[in-house]
Amino acid sequence: MKIRVEKRLEIPKYAGILVPVISVFAALLIMGVILLIFFIGRHGTLAAAFGKTVEAYQEMLSWPFTNRYGLASTFMRMVPLAFVALGLSFAYKMKIWNIGGEGQLYMGAMASTWGAIFLFKDITSPFLMILLLSICGAIAGALWALIPALMKAYAKTDEIVVTLMLNYVAIFWVDYLVYGPWKDPRGYGFPGTAPFPEQAKLPTFFDGEFHLGIFTAITLALILFYVYKKTSWGFNSRIVGDNASAARYSGISVRNYTIIALVVSGAIAGLGGATQMMGVQHRLQHGFSPGYGYTAIIVAWLGKLNPLAIVLVSFLFGGLLVGNDQLQMFYKLPMALISVFQGLVLFCLLGGEALFKYRLRIDREELLDNE
Amino acid sequence: MISRGATWPLDFFSGVISLEDFPVLEMKNITKAFPGVVANEDVSIELRKGEVLALLGENGAGKTTLMNILFGIYHADKGEVSVNGKKTAITSPNNALKHGIGMVQQHFTLVPSFTVAENVVLGLKETGFVIKTKTVESKIKKLGDAYGLPVHPRARVWTLSVGERQRIEILKLLYTGANILILDEPTAVLTPQESEVLFKALRKLVSEGSSVIFISHKLDEVMEISDRITVLRNGKVVGTISKTETDRRGLVKLMVGRDLLVDTVKPEAQIGRPVLTVEDLSVKNDKGLLAVNNLSLEVRAGEILGIAGVAGNGQRELAESIYGLRKSLSGSVRLDGKLMRSGNVTSRIRSGLTYIPQDRKTIATCPNLSVMNNIFMKNSITRLVKSSSFNLDNKAMSARTEEMIKSFSISTPSSRTAVRYLSGGNLQKVVLARELAMNPKAIIAEHPTRGLDIGAMEFVYRSLLEQKSKGTAILLLAGELYEIFRLCDRVAVIFEGQIMGYTPPDPAFIEEIGLMMAGSMQEDSVHENQG
Amino acid sequence: MNDLPSFIISTLQATVRAGTPLLFAVLGTILTERSGVMNLGLEGIMLIGAIGGFVASYNTSSLLAAVLVAMLGGAILGLVHAFFTVTLKINQIVSGLAITMLGAGISGLWGRDYIGVIAKRFTPVRLPFLSELPYAGQIFFSHDFLVYVSYLVVPAMWFVIYKTKFGMTLRAVGESPDAADARGINVFAIRYVYTVIGASVTAIGGAYLSLAYNSMWIENMTAGRGWIAIALVLFATWDPLKALLGAYLFGGITALGLRLQAIGTHISPDFLKMLPYLLTIVVLFFTSTDNLKRKVGAPASLGTPYSREDRT
Repeated sequence: MKIRVEKRLEIPKYAGILVPVISVFAALLIMGVILLIFFIGRHGTLAAAFGKTVEAYQEMLSWPFTNRYGLASTFMRMVPLAFVALGLSFAYKMKIWNIGGEGQLYMGAMASTWGAIFLFKDITSPFLMILLLSICGAIAGALWALIPALMKAYAKTDEIVVTLMLNYVAIFWVDYLVYGPWKDPRGYGFPGTAPFPEQAKLPTFFDGEFHLGIFTAITLALILFYVYKKTSWGFNSRIVGDNASAARYSGISVRNYTIIALVVSGAIAGLGGATQMMGVQHRLQHGFSPGYGYTAIIVAWLGKLNPLAIVLVSFLFGGLLVGNDQLQMFYKLPMALISVFQGLVLFCLLGGEALFKYRLRIDREELLDNE
Repeated sequence: MISRGATWPLDFFSGVISLEDFPVLEMKNITKAFPGVVANEDVSIELRKGEVLALLGENGAGKTTLMNILFGIYHADKGEVSVNGKKTAITSPNNALKHGIGMVQQHFTLVPSFTVAENVVLGLKETGFVIKTKTVESKIKKLGDAYGLPVHPRARVWTLSVGERQRIEILKLLYTGANILILDEPTAVLTPQESEVLFKALRKLVSEGSSVIFISHKLDEVMEISDRITVLRNGKVVGTISKTETDRRGLVKLMVGRDLLVDTVKPEAQIGRPVLTVEDLSVKNDKGLLAVNNLSLEVRAGEILGIAGVAGNGQRELAESIYGLRKSLSGSVRLDGKLMRSGNVTSRIRSGLTYIPQDRKTIATCPNLSVMNNIFMKNSITRLVKSSSFNLDNKAMSARTEEMIKSFSISTPSSRTAVRYLSGGNLQKVVLARELAMNPKAIIAEHPTRGLDIGAMEFVYRSLLEQKSKGTAILLLAGELYEIFRLCDRVAVIFEGQIMGYTPPDPAFIEEIGLMMAGSMQEDSVHENQG
Repeated sequence: MNDLPSFIISTLQATVRAGTPLLFAVLGTILTERSGVMNLGLEGIMLIGAIGGFVASYNTSSLLAAVLVAMLGGAILGLVHAFFTVTLKINQIVSGLAITMLGAGISGLWGRDYIGVIAKRFTPVRLPFLSELPYAGQIFFSHDFLVYVSYLVVPAMWFVIYKTKFGMTLRAVGESPDAADARGINVFAIRYVYTVIGASVTAIGGAYLSLAYNSMWIENMTAGRGWIAIALVLFATWDPLKALLGAYLFGGITALGLRLQAIGTHISPDFLKMLPYLLTIVVLFFTSTDNLKRKVGAPASLGTPYSREDRT
């Protein structure tokens, strides 16, 4: 009897959901081992380390999802993740690798701050204010993404490094503003701008634990879902993403689609930045994002670029971020831990999908010979 | 100086046993399956010393797969290979070379940026830490001259013509002492004259004791060069026969299982006004060189104009620029008298021009998208199914797809299957379904039957003839001369981006066509620009 | 400091120091990319090299051990990347991103207890005679050991790539894996080898940061150098000599920014910090327009997994 590895013709449908779920569990497991090793280094014995690891996991996984305040935090974290992930997936669907979510988020935050504190500060209607600030954020994110978009469309410059470099530039730009010209004169040297006026703050629900942003994010997800399924953009962008030459052959302007994909992607991320300012931060500060733009990449991939799944996964990762905070506070574990987890999830995802490309075939050779 | 491998036992016994009957290679009961298809089923062949054995069969019959197994690229599921009577397991191309087996494939395996010499010694164990270029170069030159395959060892491969590159492939094998040579469709890329040079070299090699397996689907060549012929059909051997015992008709019967060489009667030509007019077109290729050089032609409604020529003489660039995928330097393209803007595909699709490219996988289809998505790929312009941009009528598209799958007999598990799982023939049917459904005014067809089996080829020919009878103008960039004679009303020959001359679609003109394909201008003014 | 000549000299000297970690990263990645594998995980690999080297130096007080541990760390990450991209044939971009995250995360975790700690570091060694040369002596020959190593690696790599059999094999695998395979070269093995070697050389660049340039461990201390290195590989068109030029160009911008800050200009420090990243974008733009014009060859198979049975 021979066992062979054979390439599959089609990836079975159940793999679509199974692989992401298993990847998360596998990543949690592996991270557990890493934590165990780390704790051994700290506490000396395996037993102590094991105990600490289990404790840490309990803290990390239960607080964000079962505790009332934890849950509120989770929803709060979910919003910027969802926005950026939805934005990124718009570009990823065409295999355009926008890694600049973080920078586009920062630019959206910057622009909405500019609007709230300077340009529109005299507007009294909250509805108008919020609308204007959202538009500011979206435009800023869009313009920030326009740079790599034009470079890619006209010079075939690869977007990965360009979008990534712009992340650093955006963060430094915000630093400049926040430590310099925009520093709150009454802030006691604290690196942040003056607070947003009341009308620039998003309305909240349930005793201030949810803000409007969560509904905007879900609405956006529904809109994108429809766009992908039922509009010619969705149809044509799939062609551009699968085979750009075929798209050109079909009379589809790859150049236009490329630019639009990146610009819209940036706009949505920028909108997320504005929403974060209006809903949670209420002022622009140094380092307000714990890497949402990068975590959003994983969220988009885990959600398989499906807007509805992305919302769900954002919730999950929002919780994990909150859990990570707990670990940092109580176990002195660095923020970098979430990076480890993200890397592991990605690898498990990739590995899982690769494994599903093959299957085992058992050859019953002896039976045939005997016939 | 050139090692010949383990043939000394044969040389020793040459006086005792008749050399010609000694099998230098045997493949026994070879079976190989891929997901969804059995490529070789219980195939056995035998190669004798000093002979040219032709492996004949339609596309998809399993010839290349079998040879890939012999050359170590694939592993057979069942069966064994014997070299010089000894059972051998060939695990890789390198391993095959060690046993003296070498293969020249359809797609060359040369590194374009390397020199000829570098390509020849690439991967060889004898090469030291630092490469001794001069020694290698002189050895290559000697080999080339010995067999009538001259090359410049210092030339960089990307500058060489296809014919010259093929010579390097052969020299690579001779350099390492291969004495069993496998050639996979070698004349596909050669002019008739270059093919003669190749055949001469092969005859010389064979007379010195090498053995050759010659894969082809061209009956005339097979009858000319081979000693024996093994015919494959649908992955099985249907017969092995000596050349002297058969003829073209007999071979066709074996290849196809039925008598096919019936001359189809071309429908009465109802030729109308010019639909596609090309004037003084000049186009650059990807390297920046002029590929199409002040070319003019005209195709009328209901006419099929065939362009004959060796691949690489500007056909691709011509097709692409007429269709708008490539900007032209100068000249004009008109459809029904309307001037088309250079590089604009959209307006051409709107005006009723379609393009069936040679490589259906690279630009005409999206491999991971479904049959339905591929059939409606151009729908935003062609509007086959009336559908608003903001509310796609997926149901209507799905229904129409099912219709087309039936009417074109596309074999696919469902309309949602990704097209990369379709066979070449069915993929081409998808392309045809899409292009013909829009009732085009003009079609550019570039080697539309490449890689298809006879059944699919017939289907393509029928579809084109059907369109012709509807009054469509068709520009056929032919891959096989056979297509020219079968389908066309006029024949033009292209060489280095220019039309060398026109002939009627009659096999009697084959010599003239061959000469034009190689660059001679047409002398007889009677034939110029007929029609 | 009103003395312009000494400003220039000290800036150039700082250029070499600032450029060295980039140089190692670019040289390592040239090897990897020439075999046809794209490794975007440089940021993570450099960080692992930095923390690995630092921890080893702290615990063993041996700089040799430190560099070896750094190289080992890089090699392990390279191996992971090779496994996913060469054997599993996964998308090389996503795998590289995952390596970056993993490397950044693990280094942050590992380095948690080493923040603010002092370990044995590389100190400048003035070369006899050479460091006495006017100007050049101070700029090039008064550095630490690793800088001198980098001086040697550049011509050595150039020689190996263009003049030896190993180099020919490497180039063939990257340019035309089909041709290499047909010649019996094990494409998979070559890609594995050079991905691992490339990653370990890159990790030396990271170790340089923690053991010489900054002489300490800071979380995420590479600050995007890994990404800049990727852009530089393009700029250098996969040639070691041009890599030297590119690395020092960026080293120069960084050094200039720091010097200007030190002497107190009107320019905001945040803006000066932006310069290397902006320069990278500009460089990328001009490199790609240049590539369009001259059709400069990337290793033709870069980014595409190799599969023998996919050959037509």
